Amino acid sequence: MNIVEFTALVWAGSVIAGLLGSLTGLGGGVVLVPLLTLFFKVDIRYAVGASLVSVIATSSGAAAAYVKEGFSNIRIGMFLEIATTIGALLGAFLATRVSGSVIATIFGLVLLYSAYLAGRPRVRHAFDDIPDPLATHLKMNGSFPEAKGMRHYCVHRVPAGFSLMFGAGALSGLLGIGSGAVKVLAMDQAMRIPFKVSTTTSNFMIGVTAAASAGVYLNRGYIDPGLAMPVMLGVLAGSLVGTRILVKAETKWLRLVFSAIILLLGGQMLYNGLAGRI
Amino acid sequence: MHRFTRWTDQRVEDIIGNLLRTGVIFSAVVVFTGAVVYLARHGQAPVDYRSFRGEPSDLRHISGIVRDALAFQGRGIIQLGLLLLIATPVARVAFSIFGFAFEGDRMYAGFTLIVLMILLYSLLGSSFA
Repeated sequence: MNIVEFTALVWAGSVIAGLLGSLTGLGGGVVLVPLLTLFFKVDIRYAVGASLVSVIATSSGAAAAYVKEGFSNIRIGMFLEIATTIGALLGAFLATRVSGSVIATIFGLVLLYSAYLAGRPRVRHAFDDIPDPLATHLKMNGSFPEAKGMRHYCVHRVPAGFSLMFGAGALSGLLGIGSGAVKVLAMDQAMRIPFKVSTTTSNFMIGVTAAASAGVYLNRGYIDPGLAMPVMLGVLAGSLVGTRILVKAETKWLRLVFSAIILLLGGQMLYNGLAGRI
Repeated sequence: MHRFTRWTDQRVEDIIGNLLRTGVIFSAVVVFTGAVVYLARHGQAPVDYRSFRGEPSDLRHISGIVRDALAFQGRGIIQLGLLLLIATPVARVAFSIFGFAFEGDRMYAGFTLIVLMILLYSLLGSSFA
């Protein structure tokens, strides 16, 4: 295969990954790295570097649209970014210390867990108006637009959310994914922030988190322009199309298909990682 | 427009939204330009990403990337575009410090400064660690 053919195929695969990622809200990174390593036989370190770059592109592109709607809470996001960026930095340093097989094994486990999360019916915690002293001191409580008007909410369990965010950052730095699912888990389940505010704020944070590990990746030579170029342009195009057709698509059916794909890829990554083939 | 007469969260977020969009579009254009040069010159060469060698040192650091891009090398131009992309969230964080400071929120200006230091350390300082 020459470079033109390779670039065209990786671009097409990235468009599909970006499209599926934005339609299901799970992000393109989780399918990209398995796609590049399992099908294109790319070394996992190059794959993780390229994926991380595409994560920044989609997060920043989508956040530009979300911030104007008034759902995302920049104070919650900025405070928690202290945890995600430190985690991302450590995750990226860890990635440069361990072998590709270890990264592939952890990746496989994360994929299997994501498939489980995506397939499970979502339990939504009710948010409330009872203030928590720490969250109030940190000025995190906010309001968001609803059909009936502005709705106020109070944030809870800041230390638990902060710790989970550190973990989300470390996974992002180690695996080159946005780890939006863990971020939403931390905000929606632990801190009891309304779901819509959690998802949009998470999207806002993903780009900054990824930038924290991207610097380390760049300095260590993990970001290859020839590979990152079709991945970034493809994922960006796919996610832009995805957000346009999001309203019409049957997301429940799509999420099911996507979790089946993730389950398969997760098993493959785990097997290859444990067998030392990656 | 009343809300544009003061520094409010909404105004800061509007500016940040535009900043992010501009950054992504601009970097995508630079990456695409580099892709055209790279594919035109090296398109017929064989591909090899099976084993990890790491990028040459000029594609790992800002000064080397800028030098390669100015020399009109395809890979250098692509890497410059990727660097601009990585810099977009960093610029967003830097701008947020001013936003919080103008709103008189010193606590959050401080939090944001911590995030900016971590990002700058990753981009500029991590190669010496």
